[in-house]
Amino acid sequence: MTVFLIIIVIALLGVTFWQISKILELSKPANADDSQVADNKDNNTQGKIMLAFMVFFYLLMGYSFWNYSKFYLPEASASHGADYDKLMFVSIGIIMVVQIFTQALLHWFSYKYRGKKGQKALFYADNDKLEFIWTIIPVIVLAGLIIWGLFSWSDIMNPEENEDTLVVEIYAYQFDWRARYSGEDGTLGKANVRFIEGVNQLGVDESDPYAEDDIITNELHLPVNRPVLFKFRSQDVLHSAYFPHFRAQMNVVPGMVTEFGFTPTTTTKEIRNTDYMVDKVSTINDIRKDREDLDDDERNYEFDYYLLCNKICGVSHYNMQMKIVVEEEADFEEWLSEQQTFGELMNN
Amino acid sequence: MSAVSQAHVEDHSHDHHHEQTFIEKYIFSTDHKMIAKQYLITGLIMGFIGIAMSLLFRMQLAWPEQSFWIFEALLGKFGTDGVMDPGAYLALVTIHGTIMVFFVLTAGLSGTFSNLLIPLQIGARDMASGFLNMLSYWLFFISSVIMLSSLFVESGPASAGWTIYPPLSALPEAISGSGMGMTLWLVSMAIFIASSLLGSLNYIVTVLNLRTEGMSMTRLPLTVWAFFVTAIIGTVSFPVLFAAALLLIMDRSFGTSFFLSDIYIQGEVLSHQGGSPVLYEHLFWFLGHPEVYIVLLPALGITSEVIATNARKPIFGYRAMIASILAIAFLSTIVWGHHMFVSGMNPFLGSVFTFTTLLIAIPSAVKAFNYITTLWKGNLQMNPGMLFSIGLVSTFITGGLTGIILGDSTLDINVHDTYFVVAHFHLVMGISALYGLFAGVYHWFPKMFGKMMNKNLGYVHFWITAVGAYGVFFPMHFIGMAGLPRRYYTNTAFPYFDDLADVNVLITLFAFLTAAGQLFFVYNFIHSIFYGKKAPQNPWRSNTLEWTAPVEHIHGNWYGDLPKVYRWAYDYSKMNKDETDYVIPGQDFIPQNVPLKDNEEELNH
Repeated sequence: MTVFLIIIVIALLGVTFWQISKILELSKPANADDSQVADNKDNNTQGKIMLAFMVFFYLLMGYSFWNYSKFYLPEASASHGADYDKLMFVSIGIIMVVQIFTQALLHWFSYKYRGKKGQKALFYADNDKLEFIWTIIPVIVLAGLIIWGLFSWSDIMNPEENEDTLVVEIYAYQFDWRARYSGEDGTLGKANVRFIEGVNQLGVDESDPYAEDDIITNELHLPVNRPVLFKFRSQDVLHSAYFPHFRAQMNVVPGMVTEFGFTPTTTTKEIRNTDYMVDKVSTINDIRKDREDLDDDERNYEFDYYLLCNKICGVSHYNMQMKIVVEEEADFEEWLSEQQTFGELMNN
Repeated sequence: MSAVSQAHVEDHSHDHHHEQTFIEKYIFSTDHKMIAKQYLITGLIMGFIGIAMSLLFRMQLAWPEQSFWIFEALLGKFGTDGVMDPGAYLALVTIHGTIMVFFVLTAGLSGTFSNLLIPLQIGARDMASGFLNMLSYWLFFISSVIMLSSLFVESGPASAGWTIYPPLSALPEAISGSGMGMTLWLVSMAIFIASSLLGSLNYIVTVLNLRTEGMSMTRLPLTVWAFFVTAIIGTVSFPVLFAAALLLIMDRSFGTSFFLSDIYIQGEVLSHQGGSPVLYEHLFWFLGHPEVYIVLLPALGITSEVIATNARKPIFGYRAMIASILAIAFLSTIVWGHHMFVSGMNPFLGSVFTFTTLLIAIPSAVKAFNYITTLWKGNLQMNPGMLFSIGLVSTFITGGLTGIILGDSTLDINVHDTYFVVAHFHLVMGISALYGLFAGVYHWFPKMFGKMMNKNLGYVHFWITAVGAYGVFFPMHFIGMAGLPRRYYTNTAFPYFDDLADVNVLITLFAFLTAAGQLFFVYNFIHSIFYGKKAPQNPWRSNTLEWTAPVEHIHGNWYGDLPKVYRWAYDYSKMNKDETDYVIPGQDFIPQNVPLKDNEEELNH
């Protein structure tokens, strides 16, 4: 119903504007210039509206930053995330400075030099020095950003792999995720969709001895402060494994194995207790408490890390998620030991 | 009824005694001015449909899974009980993207204005090949009809996103839209590409061969430069998309495995092996990225012309503008990989593409600064076309700047495929190019239809659009930064996104406002064609050659000899040697066909 009202209000608003413009047209003296080319009065009015629009635009930007900055993700929960966030903030800072400066010039000039009778425009066709300045400034600034970005990129994409690294396969299919741990031998068993049969949903090769102790789970548990290397595999279409809180993302491509590695630094327990998350969760629960379509459990939302699909993959793309738990090493080992191995699964 | 039609016939009979029949004049016309109008009107109709679709899915995003009678009315079985089906949501998003990018902003913008302005501004009688030109339009028309007909297919239209990445787009088992709907999509696009290539080849040949006497390349208006370079980019990159579409058709229908490998779906292993979806992504974006500039360059060209004319000043840095267009054109073909930083391609390639991508910011920055300097100390005539041009510079800067974040492979990791991207590309290519389209329509309407558009309706149209467009897309950056993925039917599956719901409502309201604003344009456009005030020959007091042609459309554009060109297109407010008055006393512009005067300094053009 509200939607109806809103649509009606907007339509009426449109009609009002239209009528106003008609009245304006009618109220002109009969001999007024109706050439439909902007005259002195139009130039003046539109120039002033330009200035008003600039004010509106700056207010909109201010409002958005003031109210919506809090939506930015909490401090990164992976070790490379601090560098990522720093680069992000510096980049946003630079572009906002340029934005405020250039938009001001653009709109101010539009206002200041609005056409007036008798005003002469300056014939000004070229200035090599100016051209040089605004070529070289972007060159320098961008060079800085590029170099910084490239160093971070190569650090993130080529994580050091050592004995301590936990290798986890993330397996995607329409519309869910599975995780596969390599077990005691530290090596994932071979797999291919051609081995999929019955309970062997991930197509793990039973004849591969490394597969025996692999562990397949519905939740992703990660030990804190230990590097993890993810190997991604898809069974059907493209998916994208997006870990927003860890500043990590990699597409999951059928027919190939893609990789991404990071080191989680904040446990689920820790992040739940940060000021950011306490605030966020209480806001969300305020919104949810009046929702009649939810049961009590759902009304009491508690934050958990999640992995979500970020590449269109079919009708239920919007709900392809997996819970991630980051915990202390001991808790992790305990959880892992409670899980069924692939060998046990196949023998049951 | 019969009396009316009788009167109609009589009315027309006396101008029909020469060779052209109705069909030759209005339907299968080979005249570039008529073809331009055909492109424009087809493009606008497609735009109307594309924008209407965006309103439907914006409603779903703001009020997820709520019931609206309009969904049931328009979507039929995909909107049972007024609730939008998730498949229908994806289909709407897909077709909205396809229509807006290809049918409105490529064909509607470039097709309209390249056709109208290239012959008129270079002083040619028509395009190099009128027949190919006609063929190009009719292929475009057929592809539009096929694309729209896919909406009525039982299994639904293509719904794998406008980028139609396989395997999703190749397998009807994966999503029902990948059945007949996708076949029609691919056929439509193949025809579209043929149309676009015919058009582009024609534009290139015409610009190179048919310039009138004195019209050297360095005297061409920037519009023509932009259309010319756009056509070159199109000819280089569209065939690659054609290849991709063709290979995809093969994979879908003939069992090849270019893009498919190791797939298990609905309980069966498919026989495809050895293909790679990443290969498709490379092929797609080899067109897809230049496509952004195919859309944008004509808009920038139009803006250059409209800003210079209405500022009564030469465009600042004419040669730098040409150099930027060429640099953008060249760089645009080697940056496609920035759409694929997290696609699983070699990370080293990511570094290379970051480098080339950020390079492209430099010519773009030069262009923006040159526009601003052109306004400086001008005598700005605030015609609706001018307002849209200023608006374009504004959205081009706002949208372009966030490109610095997305083009940086590191930063792309966490904003890739979120609403941040949606906000970025809508501002920088969607809204900017639409503003360019509107600027062009308001500015050249007198040339196209011999009538003036109503300026007051134009002002209302601009200001509603300007407020609405920023209202939609500025807040959208922030929900993207929150990690909200695009192409989600609803965000309610994640309680984490609950606090973003209000922003989505706000965005939808602004979207409705913006769309309502477009009705002013529709009314103004149609009303002015029939009842608009008769246009004078040169309403904006402009220098370029099209304004030396008679208002009424004649075959061959000019009576008698073609105009000769003696100067560049930007001698606005040029003073005589003694700085006492303009070169032509009392007139602040010197059309290109006016010979050099004794009392003026000669420039290097």
